[in-house]
Amino acid sequence: MTVSDTAVSADKIRPKRRKRHTGVGSGAPSWGVILLFILPAFLLYTTFMVWPLFQSLYFSFFEFKGLARGGFVGLRNFHELFTRYPLNEQLPQAFLHNVYFFIGTMLIQNTLGLLFAKLLYTSRFGKRFFQTVYTMPYLISALVVGYLWSLMLNPLFGPVNQVLKAIGLGALAKPWLGDPATALPAIILANAWQWVGFPMLLFSAGLANITDDLREAARIDGATGWQLFRRIEFPLLLPVIGIVTVLTFIGNFNAFGIVWAMGGVNGEPAGATDVLGLVFYRTAFRGGVDAFGLASALAVLMFIFIFGVSMVMLRYFRHLEENLT
Amino acid sequence: MSRHTSSSSRRFSLADIGINVLLWGYAAIVLIPLLLVVSNSLRPTREIFKHPVALPTHPSFDSFIEAWEKANFNVYFVNSLMITVAAVVLATAVAALAGYMLGRYKFRGSILLSAYFLAGLMLPFRLAIVPLFLLLNDMGLIDNRMGLILVYAATGIPFSIFILSSFFRQLPQELSEAARIDGANEFTIFGRIMLPLVRPALATVIVFQFVPLWNDFFFPLVLLRSTDKWTLPVGMTRFFGEFQADWSTLFAGLIITTLPLVIIFLLATKQIIAGLTAGIGK
Repeated sequence: MTVSDTAVSADKIRPKRRKRHTGVGSGAPSWGVILLFILPAFLLYTTFMVWPLFQSLYFSFFEFKGLARGGFVGLRNFHELFTRYPLNEQLPQAFLHNVYFFIGTMLIQNTLGLLFAKLLYTSRFGKRFFQTVYTMPYLISALVVGYLWSLMLNPLFGPVNQVLKAIGLGALAKPWLGDPATALPAIILANAWQWVGFPMLLFSAGLANITDDLREAARIDGATGWQLFRRIEFPLLLPVIGIVTVLTFIGNFNAFGIVWAMGGVNGEPAGATDVLGLVFYRTAFRGGVDAFGLASALAVLMFIFIFGVSMVMLRYFRHLEENLT
Repeated sequence: MSRHTSSSSRRFSLADIGINVLLWGYAAIVLIPLLLVVSNSLRPTREIFKHPVALPTHPSFDSFIEAWEKANFNVYFVNSLMITVAAVVLATAVAALAGYMLGRYKFRGSILLSAYFLAGLMLPFRLAIVPLFLLLNDMGLIDNRMGLILVYAATGIPFSIFILSSFFRQLPQELSEAARIDGANEFTIFGRIMLPLVRPALATVIVFQFVPLWNDFFFPLVLLRSTDKWTLPVGMTRFFGEFQADWSTLFAGLIITTLPLVIIFLLATKQIIAGLTAGIGK
């Protein structure tokens, strides 16, 4: 759960607009009173959130010796990120893993989320129960989910392999998290297990917003269930798909706790589950004497990339919607 | 034609069965691991190793006592509770004040200020950890629970102001005018009249701050060093190293860490689901 996950969620809980005379008062109080109300939040938020973010940009151009800031070094920290061993190898590798993470999550978690939303919309029976059950794991800490699944997937005593053996699929039993080929997919699945309820809820709300008149009209025109979904519902869900895609992207590129729990701080086995969040942490707090400068540079690059791609995605989806109308 | 209808109605019932199998199947995938955690926490480790999937024959809470006392969960739990509650109270208090002013009045710069707070919803604040670490170090707040509380409170402010100001905006004007005529000052109007009216919004804001802070692993990992100050997620990393051969206790630890969230979920399911889908549903 990141801040941005909650960003979309505000309007719903807003109370219904009342017809009566409501809202903004005319005569604002004196500046002294205004300050007393605003200042505590302003100071706290600025000091511990906004100001440090700006400082990251500034610090990325300086040399650090431990906690002490040295002289201006231009772009050297950025250059070091891509040339110094082992960062020059870990960084592209971790980046690639984040890309896999995103693609895998889109294909598995969000597709399942859409499927469940559609099934629950059609069946209606037990809707509330299934929604509640599917959403439950979202509350659990990513770290706890990671540890839970590392126990489930344990090669010796894990229930997953035991069940596979019991139903005659013993050949499939393997050290899921010990094999570089299956470790990252296992983490992607565990993450999807935790999060699938979130896209499902968003898609459910999106489906509920499509008026039944449209469905009725399509049915009268002889549309099959699949055509109804493909031609009517899917296009009208595009705004929600856009939101889900961007939030998935931001969430996946910030992945940290679940990977730490299942692959450790170095993304074991042999870096097969290393992601940018872990590289950033190691660079900052397990790096050399000049770690803080390098980590600031990495923070700037990650910020630009995540923010930039999110913006491009949002524009792309808006463009798609406009073409439809 | 008649053949067509009969086959389509049979397909419909088959589809119905298929849908139910799918839905129940996935519900099992969600629930079974959670039930296994509960069941295995009540069984001794050697039994778990022999039969990983089984119900407890002689349920015992020894593993919980072990986790609580020997694995330091009593310390971690109290720290988590103290830090999370303090941060949520602090953030909600300052956000209610600011949200009231921004929601009720227009003054020079009020729109800009709202946008400034709103921007925080999109900032990946973890990336600011290096300057934040140096700042807290200068203030002597590294390895100090107060430091973590301040950081957490700051991260909760944008969302809380966003929600609360929009609620305050909807309240009827007559209430405050009547009170003002009776001689009430701004603080009385805020505290006595307006604040009680936005209680539902306060509940939402509190739940939505509590969950991510309780679960957060990154900030305590970086900002706290001594084990007696650790919160549950950080304590968990050490616990999984030390007790890796004692699965019963591991499962108990997972439950202790998650229990407060289960309680919140049971108390506020409606608010959580509504909050997650906001902006899309009706």
